[in-house]
Amino acid sequence: MTAGRNRPAATGTEPALAPTELDRLVGWLDERTGFARLARTVLRKVFPDHWSFLLGEIALFCYVILVLTGVFLTFFFAADTRPVTYQGPYPPLKGADVSAAFDSVMRLSFEVRAGLLMRQIHHWTAVVFVAAIVVHVCRIFFTGAFRRPREINWLVGVGLLLLALVAGLTGYSLPDDLLSGTGLRITDAVVTSIPFIGPWLAYLIFGGEFPSTELIGRLYVFHIMLLPALMIGGITVHLLILWFQKHTQYPGGEGRLTAHETNVIGRHFWPGQVFRSFGLFLLIAAVLAVLGGLVQINPVWVYGPFVSSAVSSPAQPDWYLGWLEGLLRMGPNWEPTLFGVTIPSVFGPSIVIPTIVFGAFTLWPFIEARVSGDHNDHQILQWPWQAPVRLGIGAAALTFFIVLTLAGGNDVLAVYLRVRVEDLTAAARILAVVAPIAVGLIAWRLGVERARQVDRERTPLEELESGS
Amino acid sequence: MRAQRRIELVIAGLFAVTALSGVALLAVYILGGQTQVEGILLGIALGSLGLGVVLWAQELMDTPIVIEERQSATSSPAEAADFQAALTEEAGFTRRRMLVGMLLAAFAGLGAALAIPVLSLGPAPGREQFTTSWRKGSRLVLGDGTPVRAGDLPVDSLVTVFPEDAIGVTDSQTLLIRVPPDLLRLDPARAAWAPGGYVAYSKICTHAGCPVGLFRATERKLICPCHQSTFDVLAGAAPVFGPAGRPLPQLPIHMEADGTFVADGDFPDPVGPSFWNLTSRGGAG
Repeated sequence: MTAGRNRPAATGTEPALAPTELDRLVGWLDERTGFARLARTVLRKVFPDHWSFLLGEIALFCYVILVLTGVFLTFFFAADTRPVTYQGPYPPLKGADVSAAFDSVMRLSFEVRAGLLMRQIHHWTAVVFVAAIVVHVCRIFFTGAFRRPREINWLVGVGLLLLALVAGLTGYSLPDDLLSGTGLRITDAVVTSIPFIGPWLAYLIFGGEFPSTELIGRLYVFHIMLLPALMIGGITVHLLILWFQKHTQYPGGEGRLTAHETNVIGRHFWPGQVFRSFGLFLLIAAVLAVLGGLVQINPVWVYGPFVSSAVSSPAQPDWYLGWLEGLLRMGPNWEPTLFGVTIPSVFGPSIVIPTIVFGAFTLWPFIEARVSGDHNDHQILQWPWQAPVRLGIGAAALTFFIVLTLAGGNDVLAVYLRVRVEDLTAAARILAVVAPIAVGLIAWRLGVERARQVDRERTPLEELESGS
Repeated sequence: MRAQRRIELVIAGLFAVTALSGVALLAVYILGGQTQVEGILLGIALGSLGLGVVLWAQELMDTPIVIEERQSATSSPAEAADFQAALTEEAGFTRRRMLVGMLLAAFAGLGAALAIPVLSLGPAPGREQFTTSWRKGSRLVLGDGTPVRAGDLPVDSLVTVFPEDAIGVTDSQTLLIRVPPDLLRLDPARAAWAPGGYVAYSKICTHAGCPVGLFRATERKLICPCHQSTFDVLAGAAPVFGPAGRPLPQLPIHMEADGTFVADGDFPDPVGPSFWNLTSRGGAG
């Protein structure tokens, strides 16, 4: 009996326990792989218990749901721009000239059972996915979780955010409808605007002058193959690093256990954490299923098929690209030509500013370490007010992002507010500079006040304990 | 114990709801499917399962708070030295500098050779960027192929036109607009391009390439719906608001005896979004 070695043999008066099926399976596997040693460490890993540590998990679960629903969609989608005549059951488009791609999305939405549900869950999940990543990264930023030794994982995370944005853009461009066609047109103009290499790059990406017949097929390869593969690689690295470095934890502790730089306080991975996380996954999936069933998203039949001389208005991208749209709308009309080289007006708002903003964001752990001179390891998180300058800069960045996003919907806002869209653009230009500075200063000031107040409230005994 | 028993029953009930809504979902599917009902049933199935699992973990499981010491990630100096020895010295990297240099050069060459097929993805941009399908003698027709005639178009209105032999071609889409002729303030060299107050401008926005689809007739301005670039129709479609940096190119046209319109050549400037060498005319006239 092979499993016998894992139990003390029946000796003396001790009654022999018959090995269970589980014993046998574990024994069989362990003798061949030694996996019990590793599995024990995994099950016994300690996870700190705080709701904010679940934000990244939500993003991870969204990725899983995106893959599951996405695989279903690939069985029905045709990445093909060849013209066909729409013959399906949606009356307003009957007989319309559409692309095979658009036709397949119509079939998926109106004729495939549960097709529309899957499509809408997929799109809603993408929207929530990026939102979860953004909120997760805010948590990391404002609590200083990116500090040494976690700079590498910050970089991996920023890369994943970038991939998620590109996956979103390539995804909602696939149905070849009028709205997505508008987004691709703008993308083409943005790439083309890069001095010297822009036109070449745009021709390489788009396969020629816009709109080329190759485009949908290419986007499809990116969306269902290259980007998900890169993302699963990035997620794996992200989680492995998290695993080996262990979680950070908030100051304080649990009950009588005090959090230190040298310990982790929490619950074992199995069973508590696994059950809670699995439950969270199911609850997220439930919300997304209800959204996908009840709340319409990206109704391509309303926009109609892509026609290069028509445009849908108002045209807004998904929320996470609204800030780029806002930058484009409020950009100045400067288009200087120096020594025969024209700098297109698109270039500054869509390439230069995002590169600077995203670059500073990417390098933030290194910038902060350089400026503050703090190169120590940190396992204990900060409350946002414990680093008021960072709090101010983060608040300013978020405000900038919000103003730009609102500017990206200025035509819709103008209708609601009953003002001229020109006035809104002028206001947005001012607000994009003034509002971040104002909000940043207020946040910084509040942080300083709070830090002082906490300092005053500390009793002498606590000061003695903390060794100051 | 009684409390535990009660929670157990609640969780079992939640799992039962999941099982039942799964069956109901199958029934809806077989009966022909209905998106809203499917979404709600799927949501109920997942939600009550999730709730049950979380309740189980929170209420029935013994999951104490534990403490674990962190170990430093840094390797010992001996381990680090051994790693370096294994990586470089045993392979001879530290002794054979020349060979290592040539190996790197070989990889660089191989990388370049493997990267070259990427260029197959698209043609090099050439004169295509500077030209459209408009030529001297191209007749202006509507999307359905019928020629536009003077008089079809009321004052202060517009139509989208194409060259007769290139209907629907993206870079050739053009707006033909009729305005009161005495209000036009065109460049003197282009005064003849607006026969009877009919002017033709490229429909592709010089900002980001959207079709300039909106016309504010009272102000005689064209507005791009994407980013609100606004062009003054009377002043050669010069940009007056928004992010566009240059006018919509104007198409030279004249009116034939039968009232149709014919182009006198291609647009004098590149249409669509600007690019770095747009003033170079692509090396051709």
